[in-house]
Amino acid sequence: MADKRSYPYYEGCSLEGTAASYDSSLRLVMKSLGAALEEPPDWSCCGSTPAHAVDHLLAAALAARNLAIVEGMGSTTLVTPCPSCLSALKKAHGRMARNGAFKEEVNGLLDVPYRCTVAAKSALQVIYEDMGLEEVARPVTTAIPGLRVAPYYGCILNRPPALACFDDPENPVSMDLILKAVGVEVVDFAFKVECCGAAFGVPKGEIVHRLSAKVLDLALDAGANCIAVACPLCQQNLDLRQGQVNAAMGTSFNIPVLYFSQIMGLTYGYSPEQLGIDKHIVSAGALISTREPVEKAARAMGAGQKEAV
Amino acid sequence: MRVGVFICHCGNNIAGTIDVARVAEETRKLPGVVYATNYMYTCSEPGQAEIKQTIAREGLNRVVVAACSPRMHEVTFRRTVEKAGLNRYLFEMANIREHVSWIGEDREANTQKAIEAVRMAVAKAIRNRPLVSSSFAVNKKVLVIGAGVAGMQAALDCAEGGLETIVVEKSPSVGGMMARLDKTFPTIDCSICILGPKMVDLVQHERIRLHAYAEVEDVKGYVGNYQVKIRKKTTYVDWTKCTGCGVCMEKCPGKNAYDHFNCGVSPTRAINIPFPQAIPKKARIDPQFCRQFTKGKCGVCAKVCPTKAINYEMEDEIVSEDVGAIVVATGYGLLDLERLPEYGAGRYPDVITGIQYERLLNASGPTAGHIVRPSDGTEPKTLVFVSCAGSRDKSIGVPYCSNFCCMYIAKQAILTKDHLPDSQSYVFYMDIRAPGKGYDEFTRRAQEEYGARYIRGRVSRIYPKGKKMVVKGADTLLGTQVEIEADLVVLATAATAAPGASMLAEKLHISYDTNGFYVESHPKLRPVETNTAGVYLAGAAQGPKDIPASVSQGSAAAAKVLSLLSRDALESDPAIAHVNAAACVGCLKCLKTCPFQAIKEEDLRGKKVAAVIETVCAGCGVCTSTCPCGAIQLEHFTDNQILAEVNALCRM
Repeated sequence: MADKRSYPYYEGCSLEGTAASYDSSLRLVMKSLGAALEEPPDWSCCGSTPAHAVDHLLAAALAARNLAIVEGMGSTTLVTPCPSCLSALKKAHGRMARNGAFKEEVNGLLDVPYRCTVAAKSALQVIYEDMGLEEVARPVTTAIPGLRVAPYYGCILNRPPALACFDDPENPVSMDLILKAVGVEVVDFAFKVECCGAAFGVPKGEIVHRLSAKVLDLALDAGANCIAVACPLCQQNLDLRQGQVNAAMGTSFNIPVLYFSQIMGLTYGYSPEQLGIDKHIVSAGALISTREPVEKAARAMGAGQKEAV
Repeated sequence: MRVGVFICHCGNNIAGTIDVARVAEETRKLPGVVYATNYMYTCSEPGQAEIKQTIAREGLNRVVVAACSPRMHEVTFRRTVEKAGLNRYLFEMANIREHVSWIGEDREANTQKAIEAVRMAVAKAIRNRPLVSSSFAVNKKVLVIGAGVAGMQAALDCAEGGLETIVVEKSPSVGGMMARLDKTFPTIDCSICILGPKMVDLVQHERIRLHAYAEVEDVKGYVGNYQVKIRKKTTYVDWTKCTGCGVCMEKCPGKNAYDHFNCGVSPTRAINIPFPQAIPKKARIDPQFCRQFTKGKCGVCAKVCPTKAINYEMEDEIVSEDVGAIVVATGYGLLDLERLPEYGAGRYPDVITGIQYERLLNASGPTAGHIVRPSDGTEPKTLVFVSCAGSRDKSIGVPYCSNFCCMYIAKQAILTKDHLPDSQSYVFYMDIRAPGKGYDEFTRRAQEEYGARYIRGRVSRIYPKGKKMVVKGADTLLGTQVEIEADLVVLATAATAAPGASMLAEKLHISYDTNGFYVESHPKLRPVETNTAGVYLAGAAQGPKDIPASVSQGSAAAAKVLSLLSRDALESDPAIAHVNAAACVGCLKCLKTCPFQAIKEEDLRGKKVAAVIETVCAGCGVCTSTCPCGAIQLEHFTDNQILAEVNALCRM
């Protein structure tokens, strides 16, 4: 077991609002995994979509401001749960690191210059790479029989590959393996990285209706009864808008969409309320009511089998 | 010393950015130069006549031409001065085109640089010495590596021309990729029916010897005299006894061996004959799947073999062959499906490659010519063909076009309609590339007569939905997205360099490009030669090409070999290394650095010295820069000659 880990934790705006349950569940899971999350003091917007659609320089400055704060905390890694934040932070860092003139321009806008020493990572990447599957399996106390999960990574979590540098851009497996490690059944899902419609929900809802319908349809087709996500926007489109999708497309989907951290949290023995599962639109209540304690012996054997896989 | 200098205009190629008259004027001032002029086309017939006349009139004993690269015309001018009675090594060339006029736009700077280049050439020419070639005998045998259609054509033409021909084929049977095809475009004639006779001719020809299931292990020597070691891989079957009856294959309990010939469409037996028309028709054991090897007991084939040909103790055998020339016809490979994750990376059974589909179409294939889905054995109704699966995609390192896919996909669409009249084929394409004779008409037939629907655009993803495979792509002509629910998807995976191509290139001292294909000596004018004398290329080893082009190259390479080996002796280049035995201290560093093994140790009255094997030395000069005491000198590029050039350059 490694020394106690501690990470600067950049939660971003969604996790204080629509994705509060992602935040609460991730904090609990990290606690169980023995990692402390530290909030960077006075963090601000990451500079994602609304900002970079207007001005790339100012968007980069917003991202760099937060990265400079993390540098001030004396850390070289930053954890963020939101793929949009991750992308914005990595993009700004990458461009500043490659282009000295751009770095100077951005730093000209900042009170504290960013020296390009921080690697932003997704919560999924930190759990998969830093903790590893063996550690992930250790806190498991609870099994959820009957739960069959389609792991949905979304379009930008590990893309573009040259920027993300994590997992396979077309067929990622990290979430699959983490969920298997905590004893959950995972289906082979072909739409892991297809687009859900992203931020089009506001200006052009029909795009989200059409694209999210496909994701939901393929998940059912693959035999899943639940979708696991790692992105606040994916969760919103698939869960909050599932009713809209049904109305627009004439479908009758009723499939819970949980953050992967919520599923991990359930297996670690936290209650649905602690994990914010009760806040979702499509109820997972019946699906997860099968929870039962895992025998210690069975757990050890199960973990061993999973490693072999 | 009487040096004459000719400055070439090369039309505007040189005179456009160099003041050639001034170069001639400045050159006249150099010591030793008795004549300098500028001339429109020095390589033309009157240009060469002018050189010859000037040599006689002015009594020249050195000639310098300042023109293009010596790779273009050095041979021409050497011949010219020789006809005028000068030794050809008293000629020197200054490259003021590729090195000066083509690469700079500043006329003043170019002129200055040209003057310096000429000054260097004059300084070297003054120190040049007459050199005389010696001649050496050639071995009138040829080795052909690879027995696909290109290699077989080359071998047959060489043998018909009277040369003893040795053929090495990596797999157990000759035939290559063409033997796997069902029909061929644009005539729809049966591939094995037109290839079979050639395969038979090959093994029956009195001047051809075949080493099947063998690979080139090592190549030594030089043009006219190569020594080749060939590894005959063990088959665990004594081929002198095997009659190809096939009883062993029938009885073999190892039923899950990978079928290389059928590209994994279905499994084969651990002991197998690759296909009914295989030549030689002999069995081979695949030890990876044979129970005798994996479990240590079985022995069924040994028991049933009527001629007692099975020998589990058999080992690889190395044979040596001496040849005068080598034809490399090692063909191509195919992109691994794992490199295409957006198309399932090989995880979906109903997404197959073009070559696998050929085996499904083929009457002697695993399904006896019935088109069925690998997943459930049902007949597909809707088929999608993806014509650039990896090709022209920089992101996966295949920036080039694979040449033949557009055509074979059109053919497969036509054949599909013949086999399954109720089926509908869709073809996703980037551009339809059909420039051969009768090719464009053929792709139109696929669309107009056979109803294949062509969609211009790339496929972004293929995924399973129920029993169907959904192909999602763009239709760039309609500007829309399309999704097709297909029963079977065929990917025209990119043609790549053959596996192991780079290793063979290193053994042969030939070059390969960034994609692994062998590099020809000149892309237009020397398409089947390599830069290693006596080694020639044929077929897709040089780049993806279809059957007509491969056959043409096979014949072209054979013509080159026949012309080379029509001579009884070859002239050696006298510009090779020589050891001054008096100065040699016998450290033999040169022996270790020589890339051609052209240096041997000799005993000179009890003193150990290095000596150059003249026929092997390629004149690369590595030894001369290795030698710590300057005892090895490369003729025509001696230290004194090169230092004279450097001095001429540094003297302003």
